[in-house]
Amino acid sequence: MVVTAERTPLYDEHVRLGAQMTNFGGWVMPLQYSSIREEHRAVREAVGLFDLSHMGELRVKDEGLAQHVVTRDLAHLRPGRVQYALLCNEQGGIIDDVLVYAVADGGYLLVVNAGNQDGDFDWIQAHASSPSGGGQGSIPSPSGGGQIREPRCGKASVSGGGSVLNVGREWALIGVQGPRAAGLVQRLTTSELGGVKYYAFIEGSVAGVACVISRTGYTGEDGFELFCGNVDAAKLWRTLLEEGRSDSIRPAGLGARDTLRLEAGMRLYGNDMDLNTNPFEAGLDWTLSLDKDFIGRDAVLRARERGLERRLVGLKMLDRSIPRHGYPVLDGGRRVGAVTSGNVSFTLGHNIAMAYLPPQLAAPGTPLGVEVRGTAAPAEVVPMPFYKRPHPK
Amino acid sequence: MPDLSGLRFAETHEWVAKDGETATVGITEYAQSQLGDVIYLELPTVGQRLEAGARLGVIESVKAASDLYSPVGGEVSEVNQDLKDHPEYVNQDPYGKGWVIKLRAVKDNPKLLDQKAYDEFVQGQSHS
Repeated sequence: MVVTAERTPLYDEHVRLGAQMTNFGGWVMPLQYSSIREEHRAVREAVGLFDLSHMGELRVKDEGLAQHVVTRDLAHLRPGRVQYALLCNEQGGIIDDVLVYAVADGGYLLVVNAGNQDGDFDWIQAHASSPSGGGQGSIPSPSGGGQIREPRCGKASVSGGGSVLNVGREWALIGVQGPRAAGLVQRLTTSELGGVKYYAFIEGSVAGVACVISRTGYTGEDGFELFCGNVDAAKLWRTLLEEGRSDSIRPAGLGARDTLRLEAGMRLYGNDMDLNTNPFEAGLDWTLSLDKDFIGRDAVLRARERGLERRLVGLKMLDRSIPRHGYPVLDGGRRVGAVTSGNVSFTLGHNIAMAYLPPQLAAPGTPLGVEVRGTAAPAEVVPMPFYKRPHPK
Repeated sequence: MPDLSGLRFAETHEWVAKDGETATVGITEYAQSQLGDVIYLELPTVGQRLEAGARLGVIESVKAASDLYSPVGGEVSEVNQDLKDHPEYVNQDPYGKGWVIKLRAVKDNPKLLDQKAYDEFVQGQSHS
């Protein structure tokens, strides 16, 4: 079987920088450039640059449709604001976790996980009651400020002609993350970024490239995610690397992205949650607006009534063993759960994990073991996130 | 690059430097580059006997846990204690301060590769 992994518009940049590439969610992505440890440290202490162009972007213009498929009430999400939310199936299982951008000219942009983008698109498309707006050019034309327009691109290969558009393959996404990220991006734009709060976005120009400038991230640090057209991606990437030299910028791969998000207690779809996980178990019930109707609401309510059988909790290892996905969690000699994500925490200096455990074992301080190659390594339950940045903005 | 002409290599990417009846074992530059940042090693105890090709321990990088194999038979005479606090030595200096164990009463393993043969083996691997 030959599986062709897709390349982002920054593929050549990664190769030029000597990155080790890996397949992730059907995409060839940089795993690391030099050292995961050093890339991790750069994001915590200075600034790191990420290619996130594998992420999917779905334009859902029909507000009713968006409300129907997304777990969180979007009615009060003002244009220019972003919310974290879930897509659930009728059984209340998690299809994906997404960022919802409220767009000024109506509707929403959903930023979805790379490996789920086509599935999410099909799912939402299937729930579109009437395929509206499919007649003429379905890409909104470039327009004034405060609106997301489709970025300029060589050719339109946007799928879907109705109330959902899959624009992910036309958009590049570059993450600029770390305490020096805001200063760096500010030097490259005339937009005033001080007013762009966490989980807000504006449209502007960065390094002469038309971008959506979003104050979001998956690292636990301050920073921006910049959406631009594929054709402009390399220019933006290179300019950020060049201008960021004085900030000790480093390109950072998926390895560091994973160790950073784990410290920040952020779930990874496919590891820490999937179709067999309900939002309560995953600790994501805060994304449920149970007073509105959405797909999976009834199932989620039933799950709440039944009560939790397991919960996602944080574990701190008390020795140097490395907990990894799938390792059993032990209480005494009894298997009580399994690790979903685990690794070294470079920032904290010990090893950490997320694991599903029975609620009665979820209290911080509970002593447990993680089975590592046949031996129970000592661990204890700790609150998540494991790491919080010192001075949140 | 250090002089590797006296070393022998296993296809599982360990090196061995023999000195009479004793030997020092580590992992190769290629292995450390593939593993990435080493964060933990699980090593045998002194006195343990190892056959050639036997599992001698586990090396964990940020990416994954991998088994280590002894390229020659012998008895463990020393383990590199510095790696407990500085597993990154394996990345920084795999043929020097990143050595892993020392063996005594070493038995030869005729299947090991010399440097040229190992380099060719690695070339073949990275193009496969």
